[in-house]
Amino acid sequence: MSHYEAPIREPLVLGDKSYHDITEDIAKPIEGAANKNWYIAFYISLAAMLWGFGCIFYTVGTGIGVWGLNKNIGWAWDITNFVWWVGIGHAGTLISAVLLLFRQKWRMAINRSAEAMTIFAVFQAGLFPIIHMGRPWNAYWVLPLPNQFGSLWVNFNSPLLWDVFAISTYLSVSLVFWWTGLLPDFAMIRDRAVKPFQKKIYALLSFGWSGRAKDWQRFEEVSLVLAGLATPLVLSVHTIVSMDFATSINPGWHSTIFPPYFVAGAIFSGFAMVQTLLGIMRKVTNLEDYITRMHVEYMNMVIILTGGIVAVAYATEFFIAWYTGSPYENYTYLSVGAATGPYAWAFWSLITFNIITPQLLWIKKFRRSFMITFIISIAINIGMWFERFDIIAIVLSKGHLPSTWWRFEPTFVDVGIFIGTIGFFFVLFLLYARTFPVIAQAEVKTILKSSGEFYKKRSEQGIPTKPAIVVTSAVVNDKDSDNNLNG
Amino acid sequence: MYQFSGKLKTFSLALIIFGVIGIAFSFYNGSQKTLEDAKHVIEASSSEGHGSSHGEAEKAAHVTEVKKVDNIVSGVHDSGKNVDKTMSGHGAHDDDSHAEHVLHQLQNRPWSAFYVALFFSLGITLLVLAFYAIQRVAQVGWSVVILRVMEAITGNLLPVSILMVLVVIASVMHLNHLFPWMAEGTFDTTSENYDPIVDGKSWWINSTRFVIRSIVYLLIWNAYRFFIRKGSIKEDTANDGNKTYKKNYNASVIFLFLFMITETTMSWDWIMGLDPHWFSTLFGWYVLSTLLVSALTVIAFFTIYFRSKDLLPGINDSHIHDLAKFMFGFSIFWTYLWFSQFMLIWYADIPEETTYFVARFTEYKLPFLGMVVMNFVFPILLLLNSDYKSKPWFVFIGGVVILAGHYMDVFIMIMPSTVGANWYFGIPEISSLCFFIGLMIYTTLRSFSKANTIPKGNPFLKESEHFHYYNIEHSDEGSTDHH
Repeated sequence: MSHYEAPIREPLVLGDKSYHDITEDIAKPIEGAANKNWYIAFYISLAAMLWGFGCIFYTVGTGIGVWGLNKNIGWAWDITNFVWWVGIGHAGTLISAVLLLFRQKWRMAINRSAEAMTIFAVFQAGLFPIIHMGRPWNAYWVLPLPNQFGSLWVNFNSPLLWDVFAISTYLSVSLVFWWTGLLPDFAMIRDRAVKPFQKKIYALLSFGWSGRAKDWQRFEEVSLVLAGLATPLVLSVHTIVSMDFATSINPGWHSTIFPPYFVAGAIFSGFAMVQTLLGIMRKVTNLEDYITRMHVEYMNMVIILTGGIVAVAYATEFFIAWYTGSPYENYTYLSVGAATGPYAWAFWSLITFNIITPQLLWIKKFRRSFMITFIISIAINIGMWFERFDIIAIVLSKGHLPSTWWRFEPTFVDVGIFIGTIGFFFVLFLLYARTFPVIAQAEVKTILKSSGEFYKKRSEQGIPTKPAIVVTSAVVNDKDSDNNLNG
Repeated sequence: MYQFSGKLKTFSLALIIFGVIGIAFSFYNGSQKTLEDAKHVIEASSSEGHGSSHGEAEKAAHVTEVKKVDNIVSGVHDSGKNVDKTMSGHGAHDDDSHAEHVLHQLQNRPWSAFYVALFFSLGITLLVLAFYAIQRVAQVGWSVVILRVMEAITGNLLPVSILMVLVVIASVMHLNHLFPWMAEGTFDTTSENYDPIVDGKSWWINSTRFVIRSIVYLLIWNAYRFFIRKGSIKEDTANDGNKTYKKNYNASVIFLFLFMITETTMSWDWIMGLDPHWFSTLFGWYVLSTLLVSALTVIAFFTIYFRSKDLLPGINDSHIHDLAKFMFGFSIFWTYLWFSQFMLIWYADIPEETTYFVARFTEYKLPFLGMVVMNFVFPILLLLNSDYKSKPWFVFIGGVVILAGHYMDVFIMIMPSTVGANWYFGIPEISSLCFFIGLMIYTTLRSFSKANTIPKGNPFLKESEHFHYYNIEHSDEGSTDHH
């Protein structure tokens, strides 16, 4: 990869940073003690999580009937939350894999946290397929294991079974991808650690990474291969989630656009969540020089793009529902019937939060503003929750037979479990932010001299900055020597 | 600057002339078809398998099958038509009306052959334009040295747009039977041809709006192409602190916004409208993906050609590798959308939707399955290897298969709706293809000769010239001359 960079590109690392400064900045939150605010946030999340666990135990102990489901609407908050959490997870893989394939250097400051977000979000998502079962203790029957029932197997035709494979593969691959990237960073913390216990822990976590040239070469190959595998994976996972609906014959669910449309929505909502989290994190961990306005603006551009794709899909759904000429399509989640029916509030929330609000990001001032970005990102998180709720609950509330038309009212258990997963997510994320290097320092160091503010200025003024700017045959060697510093 | 090469000019003009002659012959031949011919075809179908020669037997088999499909389709349609009335089977089809239907299919063949090639050519050109706009909006560094190649290919947009307008107007004027909803009496409740399903969609499906929409799409695309070409050439000498560059950037953003909308509706109008009873929400993006892969392949072809003539300084194997990666990646993306649409319709098996694939799977089995092999299996095996992707001749071979495969895809989108079982790959198809290939080569080279081969004023040019993907060994450089 060329080390020359056009001067027109904005710097990705602000200030006069050296390799050592990067190490210091990233290691600080891990090596220091947590402050009061962290504890407050942690205990609130923990309380929410425990409350959610209580609701889960109550559900499993008493029965699914404690939820607001009824005999027509068999899926509502459970699957809504499942799809919502899986969708949020997708931005992490998009940032670390797809942006790697597209050689986007700005991903380097955000990929670590986005991947963490993926993994913690998939944890939350993974709860729902189990707890929404009537007999969750038989959940292992979904696995094609040889058994004593004459080798009774699963039916591979169900998208719910595909979900099992999709989500578990997604979690495993994301975890491996994330951990591989963490090796050099854990090694950096290990090498700096002064407390023996801490040293021991990070020595274990870093798998004896020593940063030799051969290791780096293989590290890059593996990252590339995993990115190439994770990209179709991320597309297929949400595609399979979308097929839970699209393979059915329910009007409003049976729609061929669901696979790419769900994926676009997943990226849309996932990026919104990354904005929400990083908006806070860059402040509290003092990483403003790495997660800059530029990063926020680029992410907002991805949000506009995927939001636009989602909007085109909404328009398509709305149009084709009319175009089919089928009267049953009149009550689907994107139809005139939905816009005026008992769930009109949910329909209009979707339109407002998902389509109208994000359009503000077309204005450059807004998409470079941290505050407005933060607010819009929350709006999108809400809007995308409504999208899933609308798809699931509105469609089920008015099926083919009018005698089955019913409404869904959530109970406190439905709400409690959802709040519990939010708590669980933040418990994990807060612990992560205190113990993991939240920015991939090894990666950021590779772009410091081509995209750092200080170095970019010097090269524009014609002051030679060896060796990164000079385009020579020594590119490969340069990279190794840069990376070999290893913190 | 590039001088339009004499040999290629002759070659492309020869292709165009050959195409025109072939097309003219096909139209003459098609217009000579009579009800008698149609009855012959039907008769031949009833003596299934008893043809004297192999070819005839095959043809007969074809016709029988389409009859079956016809029955399925019309059965479904009839039941749809008479939702409120009693169910009427396909008994309503008497012999004459069936013969007339087959006659229309026979007469459609030269039109369809032309339309397939026209749409493919227009779509490729359009997607080259969209890909070009993406390069600008994404501020892509590597591709700057081939921006002029993409610009040159879009020189094809205006002539094919004009031809498209002509076909659209010809269809509305009932010179062909491509769009069944344009048939006399479709919207007339007193007519025998009255179709309540289509009538229900008359807000969208009606001739006036169809023509207006078609012209609006073409105007938007051509306006951007006109503006950006001028702006791009201005960039070369502007030296105005990237002001022109930023203007072009903004224009590209606006274009992409409009493109996303017009591409979807265009596919509803020009392709999905051929089957006015059928619908699929994914269709617009599916059409997009097939055209995008083809567009990338065409870009790679012209890039490889111009490079071999030393017209593109600064280009190297890494650029070819990147293009091939896009061809590879979007081939898989195409497969993803093709499979999503197919599988979801197959899985739910709702009669209104399934007819689409029933007709294609029974009547077009070989091209239908062959296309999946050519568009998916072939690229994934050929273009997975990094070394292969940087070899121009390898990319060329892969590209030929990909282009042929996607032509077949467009063929299968259009033909079953317009000619049904009476399809064949013969003079009409070949001559239309030759015409549009010749036209594309001619317009591209002419366009390419009108401006610098490298966009000199682009702020990312130097990045592109120094582009080197890390594991690609460049064939055209000595060991001392690494970038």
